[in-house]
Amino acid sequence: MIEYEIKPQNKFSLGLKELWKYRELFYFFTWRDVKVKYKQAALGILWAILQPLIMMLMFTLIFSKALNVASDGIPYPVFAISGLLIWNIFSNGLANSAGSMITNASIIKKIYFPRLIIPMSAILTALVDFVFALIIYAVILIYYHQSVSIVKLFLYLPLSILITIITTFGLGTFLSALNVKYRDFQYIIPFMIQFLLFANPVLYSSRAFTNPVINGFMKANPIASAIQLCRSIFTGVAVDWQAVMFGSIVATLLLFSGIYTFRKTEAYFADLA
Amino acid sequence: MKPILEIQHISKQFKLGAKQQGYLALRDAIANPFKKKTLSAKTFLALNDVSFDIYPGQSIGIIGKNGAGKSTLLKILSKITPPTSGKIICRGRIASLLEVGTGFHPELSGRENIYMNGSILGMRKSEIDNHFDAIVNFSNIVNFLDTPLKRYSSGMQLRLAFAVAAHLEPEILIIDEVLAVGDAEFQKKCLGKMNEISKSGRTVIFVSHDMNAIEQLCSKAVILKQGTLAEQGETHELISHYLNENKNFHFNQLALSENVDMVEFNFQPSEIISGEDISFTICLEIKPGELPSITDFCLLIYTAKGIRITIIDLRPFIKNFVREGKRLVLKGKVENLNLVEGEYSIGLFYIINEIRKETLDITQIRVKPTESLHQNIKPYLSQYRGHLELMNNIKIN
Repeated sequence: MIEYEIKPQNKFSLGLKELWKYRELFYFFTWRDVKVKYKQAALGILWAILQPLIMMLMFTLIFSKALNVASDGIPYPVFAISGLLIWNIFSNGLANSAGSMITNASIIKKIYFPRLIIPMSAILTALVDFVFALIIYAVILIYYHQSVSIVKLFLYLPLSILITIITTFGLGTFLSALNVKYRDFQYIIPFMIQFLLFANPVLYSSRAFTNPVINGFMKANPIASAIQLCRSIFTGVAVDWQAVMFGSIVATLLLFSGIYTFRKTEAYFADLA
Repeated sequence: MKPILEIQHISKQFKLGAKQQGYLALRDAIANPFKKKTLSAKTFLALNDVSFDIYPGQSIGIIGKNGAGKSTLLKILSKITPPTSGKIICRGRIASLLEVGTGFHPELSGRENIYMNGSILGMRKSEIDNHFDAIVNFSNIVNFLDTPLKRYSSGMQLRLAFAVAAHLEPEILIIDEVLAVGDAEFQKKCLGKMNEISKSGRTVIFVSHDMNAIEQLCSKAVILKQGTLAEQGETHELISHYLNENKNFHFNQLALSENVDMVEFNFQPSEIISGEDISFTICLEIKPGELPSITDFCLLIYTAKGIRITIIDLRPFIKNFVREGKRLVLKGKVENLNLVEGEYSIGLFYIINEIRKETLDITQIRVKPTESLHQNIKPYLSQYRGHLELMNNIKIN
């Protein structure tokens, strides 16, 4: 017999036990979002491959052909796609999760389940796109005859993805909670993502700057560390492990503060949404 | 035996006022970071110190007018919103049906929506697999399983939604006026299913305006009045108390059109035994000025679920008596009102100066069962007997 209490919320807990109990909902929400996203598109899930490909071609045209941006000694398309892979998890995940509580408001008002499932599944949806984007990644590596160290690939790539996911979870849950309370974030987030694209070394090398302030920012920035880690698989540029460590710490802090903010306000979502 | 639900001193406070209602603007938070918001806000107690216990296997009805706190109580019980103070101890799995079809997505097919909706309601995938065929059969949509939900008629969507919900197997089931939707046949099916659920020994908490449904489904009931628990006890007694109280409601005045007021609308007695007579008085006041042309004027009698039973046509009596500045009093009597026991509402349909209007729920009457003619055979439940009793005289030769 289960026994539990419903009372005013004041205590902070991650609620992991409950999340585990409802684990199937992660799957169903993610599955629904992926299905709905590609349902009426003639090309369907192919868009998950085409989107990063088109972005890569576009950036190659502008940054490599027109502006001649340095790419750490590897072909610019390889350089761009390895940054874009990470960037797309982050930007899509953030955009999806930030609006997720509002798009699912009708469900939140009518039924109980751990609310954290909603922004988290929104990020998982972005991860599904990422898995398909890996195909284009492999194709490009083969096309450019890029030699790859298998050890580095299986070590650095998962690590950089992990850092990205933790960061996205943190910021995503934080913003989704704030968005319920202050709808202003609906307008702020697109600008924020656009700004962050240029603030992160997605299109240029993280070694492009000499300014110590900017370098300090790059070190503490988990997404920048994830990108440089992902790129060093090919470039042969030594990994700045100090930056990876700082980035991981910042990512973890973001995760906890994000979940904390979310849990603190989630009880009132039904009243506010 | 320990109660399955102990509701202890539950209160819920809402803040009133434009700033606190709905979402906040960031601007306000930035502009007044130190301003104490609670000082400026008026508060409103939707629930005030409500306590009662529910024992396993009981089905309990929650009765109350709009704004009495019924929905808030259900929302707290379903953990959608937390109470401001007090606590509830639950000893079982709760599933709540505050709405049918929560989480339905128009782009997904019927099959996909069954899984999505089922899992949101708290079913395991394996449970849905087990019940899948039963759900499809109950909802009658076999041929449309792989069609997107957006191509379904609203009736089909509703049937599918209820079918999923009906196959939930929690220890405690919370239902909020789900029956207020759908056609008569479907409502019957739902009522039957809910009867089955409550008979199977599960605990059901049921909120509805439909007193008959509550009477049939629930042995116990509580009455909420302006956020407080007014009364609790046996359903039969509570319902008659509740209705008696509502009877004191006084009909004041209703403007039917610019120059016609209805100043009296009265059915006496408001509670009859099936087969008795009922009389009514209607008084219209024609204001000075241009004479209104009243071309239609009928009383409507319909059930608590909104099904029209009959009309009383008053056209012949009204047309010739319209005179300026005069009171028009209509007195009538309906003999042998052979309605099946239950609540009935009286409404009005009229066309005055070519504007047609239907005013429902002007007053209510309650019909109580007659003594059965055959002493050793109990009559069927009212839900199976339609709305009208016919006089019959059957002989066996």
